[in-house]
Amino acid sequence: MQYKVLVGLEIHVHLCTKTKMFCGCELSFGEEANSRVCPVCLGMPGVLPVMNKQAFEYAVLVALALNCEVAKFTKWDRKSYYYPDLPKNYQISQYDLPLSSNGFIEIPLESGETKRIGIIRVHLEEDAGKNLHTAGNFSQFDLNRAGTPLLEIVTEPDMNSGAEVRALAVELQRIVRYLGVSEADMQKGHMRFEPNINLVVSKDGGEYRTPIVEVKNLNSFRALERSVDYEALRQLDEFVETGKVMEMGSKTTRGWDDGREVTALQREKEEAHDYRYFPEPDLVPVELTEKWLEDIRSGLCELPVKKQMRYVKEYGLSDYDAGVLTAERGTAEFFDKVVSAGGEPKRVCNLVTQVGLRLGNEKGCSVGDLGITAESLAGLARMVEKGEVSATASTSIFEEMVKTGTEPRTIAEELSLVQKSDAGELEAIVEQVLSENAKAVEDVTAGGKRSKKARGFLLGQVMQKTKGQANPKVVSEILDKKLG
Amino acid sequence: MSRELLDRSCRDLRDQIAGGEVSSVEATKAVFGAIGKYEEEIGAYISTFEKEALKRAGEIDKKVAAGEELGALGGVPVAVKDNMCTTFGATTCASKILENFHSPYNATAVEKLLDAGAVIVGKTNLDEFAMGSSTENSGLKQTANPWDRSCVPGGSSGGSAAAVAAGMCFAALGSDTGGSIRQPASFCGVVGLKPTYGRVSRFGLVAYGSSLDQIGPLTRTVGDCALMMNVIACHDSADSTSFDEEQAPVYDYLEKLDEAVGGLRIGVVPEFVAGADGDVRRAIADAIEVYKGLGAEVVDVEMPYLDYAIASYYVVATAEASSNLARYDGVHYGHRTAEPSDYIEVYSKSRAEGFGKEVKRRIMLGTYALSSGYYDAYYLKALKVRNLIRGDFAKTFERCDCVMMPVSPTTAFKIGEKVGDPLKMYLSDIYTIAANLSGIPGISVPCGFDEQGLPIGLQILSPAFSEDRLLRIARMFELATDYHKKRPALVD
Repeated sequence: MQYKVLVGLEIHVHLCTKTKMFCGCELSFGEEANSRVCPVCLGMPGVLPVMNKQAFEYAVLVALALNCEVAKFTKWDRKSYYYPDLPKNYQISQYDLPLSSNGFIEIPLESGETKRIGIIRVHLEEDAGKNLHTAGNFSQFDLNRAGTPLLEIVTEPDMNSGAEVRALAVELQRIVRYLGVSEADMQKGHMRFEPNINLVVSKDGGEYRTPIVEVKNLNSFRALERSVDYEALRQLDEFVETGKVMEMGSKTTRGWDDGREVTALQREKEEAHDYRYFPEPDLVPVELTEKWLEDIRSGLCELPVKKQMRYVKEYGLSDYDAGVLTAERGTAEFFDKVVSAGGEPKRVCNLVTQVGLRLGNEKGCSVGDLGITAESLAGLARMVEKGEVSATASTSIFEEMVKTGTEPRTIAEELSLVQKSDAGELEAIVEQVLSENAKAVEDVTAGGKRSKKARGFLLGQVMQKTKGQANPKVVSEILDKKLG
Repeated sequence: MSRELLDRSCRDLRDQIAGGEVSSVEATKAVFGAIGKYEEEIGAYISTFEKEALKRAGEIDKKVAAGEELGALGGVPVAVKDNMCTTFGATTCASKILENFHSPYNATAVEKLLDAGAVIVGKTNLDEFAMGSSTENSGLKQTANPWDRSCVPGGSSGGSAAAVAAGMCFAALGSDTGGSIRQPASFCGVVGLKPTYGRVSRFGLVAYGSSLDQIGPLTRTVGDCALMMNVIACHDSADSTSFDEEQAPVYDYLEKLDEAVGGLRIGVVPEFVAGADGDVRRAIADAIEVYKGLGAEVVDVEMPYLDYAIASYYVVATAEASSNLARYDGVHYGHRTAEPSDYIEVYSKSRAEGFGKEVKRRIMLGTYALSSGYYDAYYLKALKVRNLIRGDFAKTFERCDCVMMPVSPTTAFKIGEKVGDPLKMYLSDIYTIAANLSGIPGISVPCGFDEQGLPIGLQILSPAFSEDRLLRIARMFELATDYHKKRPALVD
């Protein structure tokens, strides 16, 4: 018996616009309950929604980044259901003409390859409020979140493991952050993932599909990954035990229990929801002109996964380093600038990942905002590459650059960190050291177990004589030549 | 004195207030005098604001005394249908579910009236949530027709029409989803205009059928109707369906009002005229003769899809209503049932107690029409019919400037006469609904009386955003006839 896991994701992303989707209320981040509301998002009588253009543009930008076909004509629909956190008892969403469809996302796999996951659609809607189940015989509602622009992304069931699902989630988070359209903080509920999971089991020449399970309550990437892996095994057990297969309306909903790391049944059969969709008469359809689309497209950038692959392929960076550099758009873009200003990529990578990120962290800003220019840092990288300063010295120089804004060469000179690499000059010093330490020279040439130590001693003497400014690589070469 | 004062047009009254000939306080007092006398019998108002209105009138008079510029409705007492939100008084929609709802905002149209200096004297009765043709569906009170108190005033803007006809205000705002301005205007012998969809902001108008609803004026003269339009027509960024003034300019509707439209071509659908009651039929035929006498040419036109207007309307309007009224659930505001056992009961009992029979009927019809498995057969089909009706008008307007037909097949019917037969009631909207489905403007102007002395209205429909011409066409008739001068016995 063999089986394959199939996972599709439904993802909701809060867009970080200034105001809500259909009214002028500012978005809420933990303010007092029901303090960021107005008659429109409270659904009072006679009020009308007005579309937030920025939210629409953000949504199109994500759709473009996900390689979707963007609709020239898109409309709004009402999705009806009664729930106290939904003041109008309908949600303004998109039904049959979403703003985009038919795209894909490339996700990085552990093998270093990427995998293409299909995107069925990306559409825009408004979020509901939150219910606060407090003690007592009643519930309370906070409608601050009601009306927050919410992007819904639906993927094809193209993922085959928890790891792949996690990779997609992480990649999507990187993308929306790169595009600057969402803070994408899972803890704050900016991103919500609902995987739909089932198995294709091959047994006795037949192929069986287990019933689809949708998992809710996933508050972290870890939970997302674990829940998929758990659910796959649970479904396999269930199939072996009961032989139950997928049929119409057999989709169930299970909730993830983060403490016990198991899923638990929430809803047996997907209730025959009838949302009674119909076109929202209070809003006009959106017609996306070629010019408008181009304006939005200009907000696109090279996507993180592409950058990461490029760093590995073109610059020979490790996958790990490329991943660190591309985690934040600011870091990656600064890296790109320094490289195009003439910095050798590997050197720049070391400077940025080993020093720059730490300094940025200390100052609470991105590497690009440390106050140093790409040209200066490229200069420092070149000095390291040429052996003019040591890797150790470059750290101090970088720190000093950030502190004082001075050029790296000036700092290196002032702090006497420039290495002597002039072979002629160093050769004279080496000669002197050799003549002063005949015993050690003898040990080296004799070979044997003392040879290595003696050679190190001689190198140390040269460094001492040059007050540490000799380029050890050059000195080593001269020593090799002299001592054979 | 007060009788004569109450009879004046808004235009005259405003100019006389501005000129100091009469004060706004006098006019407002006269209105409240009439309300004191007739309101008990007519029942036009759900709420009145005597104290506040007199205070505001006093402020206007002070402005006049100080030589300040007065707005277009400076000091003129007007009324507003109680489905438009106001920060003063309650906004009930004549429903128990909103009986105590106080809005924190004004409807844009109300704001426009206030900006123009109008004195709002009260909020008028209507069929609950504007669903009805007789104002009998009001959950709060009964309104009678000033011409015959045993008859309905029409609906749903029955309170507004009755108040204007009885001199209990100088003009009023109504709303028209399927004829709710034009039909009561016709039944009460006043002028009522449903503007083009998107010409007047719907912000703050409590929605019934969002794609059909439109606010418009009810007045005693065409000139006052034009004046009211000058005040309320605008683009409103708070209403996405309101039209940009660049796409469709807002006119000064008074500027050329008295200029007859030359070479007027009137489209008439013969069956529509023939289908009306005898007196109505004769009055409409006579009215068309009046236009002929003014040099107009009459063209027989065919609009085959108008036969399906009612069917289409009762699907589209109820579908939208079922969704629009979902928010009245007892959770956030409005009526909440006393002792719910769980949250489902908050919904079901609050709504069962708060909504009247007709509203429930329409919510159920609309919910059904939108349900999965029925959507295509009902809602989608209705939208297709709607497009065909638009096409009928588009074709007709290639050949004529306007179409004329009755407003209603009958004059005002007896209170209670059609209450037991909703279908019969729905059929009284047969001539008015098509304008809402196609978004075009339509006006009702007094064009005669039946044997019982009840008023008859002539309906004139014209292309979208041609209210300027529509008003001029109506004005031609008004100048040539005296029907608009007759007042109900109540006032005489």
